[in-house]
Amino acid sequence: MTPDEMKVRDYILKIYDGDVTKCMHCGKCSASCPAYGEMDIKPHQFPSYVAHGEIAALMDSKTIWECLGCSACVERCPRGVKPGKLIDGVRQAVIRQRGGSHLYPEQIPAMVDPETPQQLLVSVLRRERK
Amino acid sequence: MQRIGVFVCHCGTNIAATVDVSKVAEAAKHEPGVVYAVDYTFMCSEAGQNLIAQAIKDYGLTAIVVCSCSPRMHEATFRKVAEENGVNPYMVEIANIREQCSWVHKNMDEGTPKAITLMKTAVAKVNLDAPLQEGEAPVTKRALVIGGGIAGIQTALDIADCGYKVDIVEKEQTIGGRMAQLDKTFPTLDCSSCILTPRMTEVAQHPNIRLFTYSEVQEVSGFVGNFDVKILKKSRSVREKDCTGCGVCMTKCPSKKIPNEFNRGLNFRTAINIPFAQAIPNVPVIDKEHCIHFKTGKCGICAKVCPSHAVDYEIQDEVIEEKYGAIVVATGFDQIDLHKFGELGYGVSKDVISSLEYERIMSATGPTGGHIVRPSDGKEPKDIVFIQCVGSRCEPDDRRGKTYCSKICCMYTAKQSIMTCDHIPGAKCHVFYIDVRTPGKMFDEFYRRAVEQYGVDYIKGNVGKVTPLPNGKLRVHGVDLLDQKEVELDTDMVVLAGAIEPNPSIRPLATKLTLSIDNNNFLNEAHAKLHPVEAATAGVFMAGTVQGPKDIPETVAQAGAAAVKAVALLAKDKLKTNPCVAQPDELYCNGCSVCANVCPYGAITYIEKEVRDHGVRETRRLAQVNPSLCKGCGACTVACPSGAMNLKGFTNRQIMAEVDSVCQ
Amino acid sequence: MGEITQYSYFPGCTLKTKAKDLDRYARSCAEKLGAELVEPENWQCCGGVYPMGSDEIGNKLSSVRALNDAREHGRELVTVCSACYHVIKRVNDDMANVPDIQKRANNYAEFDEPYTGETKVLHYLELLRDRIGFDKVKEAVTKPLAGKKIGAFYGCLLLRPSNILQFDDPENPSIMEDFISALGATPVRYQMRNECCGGYRRMENPELAQKLVGKIFTDARNAGCEELITACPLCWYNLNSYEGPDKLPVRYMTEVLAEALGILDEKPEAAELDGVSCGCMQDAGKEA
Repeated sequence: MTPDEMKVRDYILKIYDGDVTKCMHCGKCSASCPAYGEMDIKPHQFPSYVAHGEIAALMDSKTIWECLGCSACVERCPRGVKPGKLIDGVRQAVIRQRGGSHLYPEQIPAMVDPETPQQLLVSVLRRERK
Repeated sequence: MQRIGVFVCHCGTNIAATVDVSKVAEAAKHEPGVVYAVDYTFMCSEAGQNLIAQAIKDYGLTAIVVCSCSPRMHEATFRKVAEENGVNPYMVEIANIREQCSWVHKNMDEGTPKAITLMKTAVAKVNLDAPLQEGEAPVTKRALVIGGGIAGIQTALDIADCGYKVDIVEKEQTIGGRMAQLDKTFPTLDCSSCILTPRMTEVAQHPNIRLFTYSEVQEVSGFVGNFDVKILKKSRSVREKDCTGCGVCMTKCPSKKIPNEFNRGLNFRTAINIPFAQAIPNVPVIDKEHCIHFKTGKCGICAKVCPSHAVDYEIQDEVIEEKYGAIVVATGFDQIDLHKFGELGYGVSKDVISSLEYERIMSATGPTGGHIVRPSDGKEPKDIVFIQCVGSRCEPDDRRGKTYCSKICCMYTAKQSIMTCDHIPGAKCHVFYIDVRTPGKMFDEFYRRAVEQYGVDYIKGNVGKVTPLPNGKLRVHGVDLLDQKEVELDTDMVVLAGAIEPNPSIRPLATKLTLSIDNNNFLNEAHAKLHPVEAATAGVFMAGTVQGPKDIPETVAQAGAAAVKAVALLAKDKLKTNPCVAQPDELYCNGCSVCANVCPYGAITYIEKEVRDHGVRETRRLAQVNPSLCKGCGACTVACPSGAMNLKGFTNRQIMAEVDSVCQ
Repeated sequence: MGEITQYSYFPGCTLKTKAKDLDRYARSCAEKLGAELVEPENWQCCGGVYPMGSDEIGNKLSSVRALNDAREHGRELVTVCSACYHVIKRVNDDMANVPDIQKRANNYAEFDEPYTGETKVLHYLELLRDRIGFDKVKEAVTKPLAGKKIGAFYGCLLLRPSNILQFDDPENPSIMEDFISALGATPVRYQMRNECCGGYRRMENPELAQKLVGKIFTDARNAGCEELITACPLCWYNLNSYEGPDKLPVRYMTEVLAEALGILDEKPEAAELDGVSCGCMQDAGKEA
């Protein structure tokens, strides 16, 4: 881990406020994840990636943008690891530390239709922008 | 003035790494009454004991302080050394400088001063110690075994074979327990009933064993060697001596829609019922909650059809009082309720079942006569998914599981998959696992047999959702962590290896027997390593899954161990009693009854006694302690408003001397 | 109907715009059932997603203000939108149990009295079940939905994480089924009713949302559902915009309630594009 990565890891762990060492690699999170197929690094891999300091890989992963935030993994994890919250932590680290917003308002008009609920716009901007 | 010797133990580095033991010994030399002080590597070793013995002779010691581990470990050892060398064993005090000092501190700066304080406290106390004499109590030559599963059966047989009387109390209407519900046993594939029922019969026929089924322990008093137990024998509404077990009543009983507990609710039973053909005793019980006669006063068919006129609705519950020298607790386990695992379809689809339910389906005595069929439509499944660790190995805060590994699931899942393939030619079994844990004789070989000979598909991964399909199949959605891919299996049945837990009846029973239980309701042993079958309460032993998850051979082995411990107790004619009991001072006692009200053991009574006070003769009401009932808990000594009650070996003066010593 | 009880009512951004039916019928039905829903002045959007980062305060303040307002009026706080319920209830839990968030949010908000999670947050379904009572709802039904086989779609926001939301059994919930029964219809349980509809990924990965919704519809149809109801505007949108086999009609739960109570409008207002009152949207526009 580079000093930079270490800094980011600490930051992620602070936001996450959980314990990755509790993970027993049972796969319940990945088995419960509706977006599993969309993800490159799978939910059950997140705790060990963080534990092993492979932070850069996580920050570059597709997973952090594909997570639905549905908390199925958090609910069903028998070890209280809260993988969804960890994924959230990495995404926030990317958005805040790198200053990289994922979605820009100018992209939005092409994505909405007359029925698009405000809730959808609000949620997506909250999750993907600084 | 006492002549005190202080012996400071290093316990290897256990103490010496965090406590400067030579400083403790040096400090001891300046304490009042101390004539000799020394430190040594292992005070409990033979050489250490000899050191104490020699010092007693050389310095004429009258009292001893050992600074070492917890008194639970070696108080008895050092008392024995004292006694053998002419010092009253109750003139020995232990300063616990290991568990309460070296193990909880990190460095000598903290450890050494604290150890010195603890040493001084013990010296202050031993200065006021008085020699005490142990009393004697007779031993009732009869044991009580609570629970009639394989653990209780084996314990009872072993005790009875040694020539002692044993009573078994079983809350269900038959003995046999969980083992009677199982189909085959791993890894030998013996038929569970076939090896169990001969033992059950042996119990029934053994001249030294009495059986109280459909009974519960109601009340326990007394102490080791002399327990007084009240047993509630619930009314079966059937006279055992008249019933022949013909079963006509069961065929005629019109109340037929009661979920059958023995078959884990997979089919129904009648209100008058015998759970299985080999039940012991083979006598039915009328379930009063569901019996039409008990509910409405009508019906009465069973009484009419019984050829031996054994049915009697008037039989009342009975309380039996008996004395026992030893008690063995063997109340066993149950499987956790799996209804919280809705994502796995339990309680949603009839074809998602627990592993214990599956045992009943596989068993020849089960609801399907041993034919493996789906509960929903009675069709033979060709594809079955097993999911392991359901509710085991969870974190403490998990809302639906247990923290421990249930230990038996890996092996019985392998067994169930093998048996499935044996029963149904061409059947395919899949097992979702986290780890396969197979430590045990021929265990891993057995698991490999499932994989290699039976082609059981072991998938390292887990299941997120089980969804019923319109064609009657179940869609199992999971992941294979090794292949890193989603798995979707359309299967016929899903079997959940749910965690096991101690039978819930242990909680009230533990209260009655003053036993300690852990966070998971398993019984705590007196010492996890060295007293694995003894409870902390003297005279109470444990066998089987009430102590922790274990399989049948381990249970049987532990039952034998518990039996030996019980027999070792019963074999004694007399037991030494603890002399550290409460003693009232007649001069201070005003007969107020506060002590009797707080005494948990009913050891305090009152007498009217004539006393002479300043030349006046008067009759006073005075507390009196029965030393054989008193456990020395000390509740009365703190409750007594006039300070009349003292605990021998822990007198009020001694406690105050200790406190003063700490506060100096 | 007896006494009228007042509840603070947090409609949320979508109920003021795209999900007007969810809002309108929530109010009219509550009125008919003896509950008055009082909208606090100057409420702000809850943010749509709970800010999971343990260091976030700003995004929680709108919830804290709504909660404090309800406390000041001595009322319980009712929401209909699943997202508002989810966010506000979780923030409320933070305010009650996380000292750091409690302290910092109060420093910022400067209420007369520090807010420490006193307000009880109720979902509209809980209002019906625990305050009004499903038996009373049943009594008030004038047009029972007899014969209709309705499936509840819970989605994720109402149920998880269950230790904080404590709404229902997260893996096998029953409150909406009991609600459907109270309306005289037949509830149909299906396994996928607590799965994610694709949520906000609808925006950038509509194919995923399509796939997930397809699974939900297929399971619902297999189980025998004829229509689905939901309390979440996003679920409603994702389910309704599905184009594929097994699609079922999807309605808001309050609309179905209004139908059973006999107060459904003949011509429901069309959803309006303009008149967006939600501050967050305007902010988002500005930022761009």
